[in-house]
Amino acid sequence: MTKLLFANIDEPDLNTIDVYRRHGGYEALPKALKMSRDEVQAQLESSELRGRGGAGFSMGKKVSFLPHGAMDKYLVCNADESEPGAFKDRELIQKNPHQLIEGLIIGAYAADVNRSFIYIRGEYQYQADILDAAVKQAEAAGYLGERILGSDHTLSLVVHRGAGAYICGEETALLDSLEGKRGNPRLKPPFPANQGLYQGPTLVNNVETLSNVPHIIRMGAKAWAEHGVQNSTGTKVVSVSGCVRNPGNFEIELGIPTRDLIMGLAGGPREGCTIKFFFPGGSSSPVLTAEEGLDIPYDFDSMAKAGSMLGSGSIIVVDDTVPVVEVAKKVAKFYAHESCGKCSPCREGTNWTVKMLERVDTGEATPMDLDIIASVQDQIIGHCLCVLGDSMAMPIGSLVRKFRAEFEEHIERAREARGMGVTVPEPEPVGIAGADPDVGPY
Amino acid sequence: MARVQRYPDGSRVPPWDRAVDLNKEPAPVPEPAVTPVPEDLRRTIEAYMSKYPDRRSAVIPSIAAAQRHYGWCSPEALDQVAAVMRLTPAYVESIATFYDMFETEPKPAHDVYVCTNISCSLLGADELFEHFIETLGDEGDFNIRAFECMGACDIGPMASVDGVYVGPLELDDVAAIANDVRDGRPVLSRKQLAHRAAADPGAAVPVPDPDTMAAGPPMPPERGRGEATSPEDEP
Repeated sequence: MTKLLFANIDEPDLNTIDVYRRHGGYEALPKALKMSRDEVQAQLESSELRGRGGAGFSMGKKVSFLPHGAMDKYLVCNADESEPGAFKDRELIQKNPHQLIEGLIIGAYAADVNRSFIYIRGEYQYQADILDAAVKQAEAAGYLGERILGSDHTLSLVVHRGAGAYICGEETALLDSLEGKRGNPRLKPPFPANQGLYQGPTLVNNVETLSNVPHIIRMGAKAWAEHGVQNSTGTKVVSVSGCVRNPGNFEIELGIPTRDLIMGLAGGPREGCTIKFFFPGGSSSPVLTAEEGLDIPYDFDSMAKAGSMLGSGSIIVVDDTVPVVEVAKKVAKFYAHESCGKCSPCREGTNWTVKMLERVDTGEATPMDLDIIASVQDQIIGHCLCVLGDSMAMPIGSLVRKFRAEFEEHIERAREARGMGVTVPEPEPVGIAGADPDVGPY
Repeated sequence: MARVQRYPDGSRVPPWDRAVDLNKEPAPVPEPAVTPVPEDLRRTIEAYMSKYPDRRSAVIPSIAAAQRHYGWCSPEALDQVAAVMRLTPAYVESIATFYDMFETEPKPAHDVYVCTNISCSLLGADELFEHFIETLGDEGDFNIRAFECMGACDIGPMASVDGVYVGPLELDDVAAIANDVRDGRPVLSRKQLAHRAAADPGAAVPVPDPDTMAAGPPMPPERGRGEATSPEDEP
């Protein structure tokens, strides 16, 4: 299978500029600088490269949304990869940082941006050090700074380290955090393309999206778009983790069967286990059971059609040894912890969901509480400032819907273990004084 | 079930007039003249401030620098950041309390963040965290925290020891990690993420390994003996 982003990924010292150049690195940049900005933008748009951070929005379109003219515009690379199950950006930064930097310079050229930032999460200390060193090398080689390679393009790049907050992966919260505030999402619109960092037009792109840009310019958009399927062009680095034998990052062409990915590349479930369900796009995507999900192609549209989403392309596999209530509790607790507290559906909804799931776990709940859990999820979806609330509501809602029998069984068993009686006793009919029992009170 | 702690009035949150001194003036931006800042810390913070169009952007790296300098975000440390950056202490504190990696209570010297999120917990991270607490919790050298996903699910269950990712961990590795940290060695070097090859079979470049190098390069797979043909077999 074609490797673009992962070509030579394990070559020793690929993170240095010399080795990267030996493998054809920084050849796309002069090619792009010889083209006009509009031509580069047209290449990006005709490649139909979709954002790899989770939303899947066309990158070329995003670039075209930025206003033209001389003003302070910014490009921010989102390397705050904190979605449970996602670790593709980590490997791309650690092993091939110059690919990202080259893509970022070309993206900045297309959008006519002179200042750029890479917001990397604080936990990635090793990766941030590598990135710092790579930026220094690129500056020394004249790829960053004033009048890059003799063109009229000028770009500065700052690597900014976060300090541990999942919410800063949301683009407007990331911009707030980069401005030195608490990472709270902003109301949209205005979208960052109009009013973003320091109130200026801002292009926000994921690490993998930008890493694809040099390949699009090098190969030409048409040749690049031959990889993958319609509406999901190109290759995708997919992180597979959880109950599989060979967890890790795999670069695939979009549209291959999900079975090949989980059973083939990731080695399938562990000895003696079978796959119960999996999260196709990180812990925020609705789960698919093995029967539903394994035979559909892994691309944006097929996943959406199956009622889930590709998201950041991170598969978490759960096998039949794991109680579904445990998974639901873990996921809900994570989002309750990371909710920034700015808007109430998310702040309250995530907390109450955790409390209700704990009641389910200890057997204090009744099956009716499962309906309440499901209805709380429905009231979160679409009612928040950002997608963090939805990110909990979608998987929890799908878990309760698809595994309701197991939830109910769990409640029964927990009640039994606590000696609370297996079934809830029927309430005694309350007699109303003076009413004829045969006729009824009314 | 754990009992909820309550204040004398029965509420679970402090009374509204109790947490603050209502007669106190809000703290202004600290005066540089009366807030001595160590010279290297000041220089680091000023270097961060010069990198951004708006100096306030440097607040996260600056608090991180102060935490590295003092070991935790003490009120004095935050005051010093505020003094150099010309911000109010309250603003700096609001940032320090928002982000998980800033510690506003004194903490032991070595950070051990154990991932207990979904992918790692499917592989036994909760037991691992319990074991960390049991073995090293009382030592006083280790700041052991259950952390949310750190983006290394491929090496789950994993931990970040002073910023170094190690995994997949077994319960026995806990003692080895403690010994490595105490002796100042690289932590569990054979299980560090930095040395891990990509899982993707198509991207793999054979990594020279001391054991296989001695035995020579790997031989191509032998063909099945039944298929082997020799010139004599040819008709």
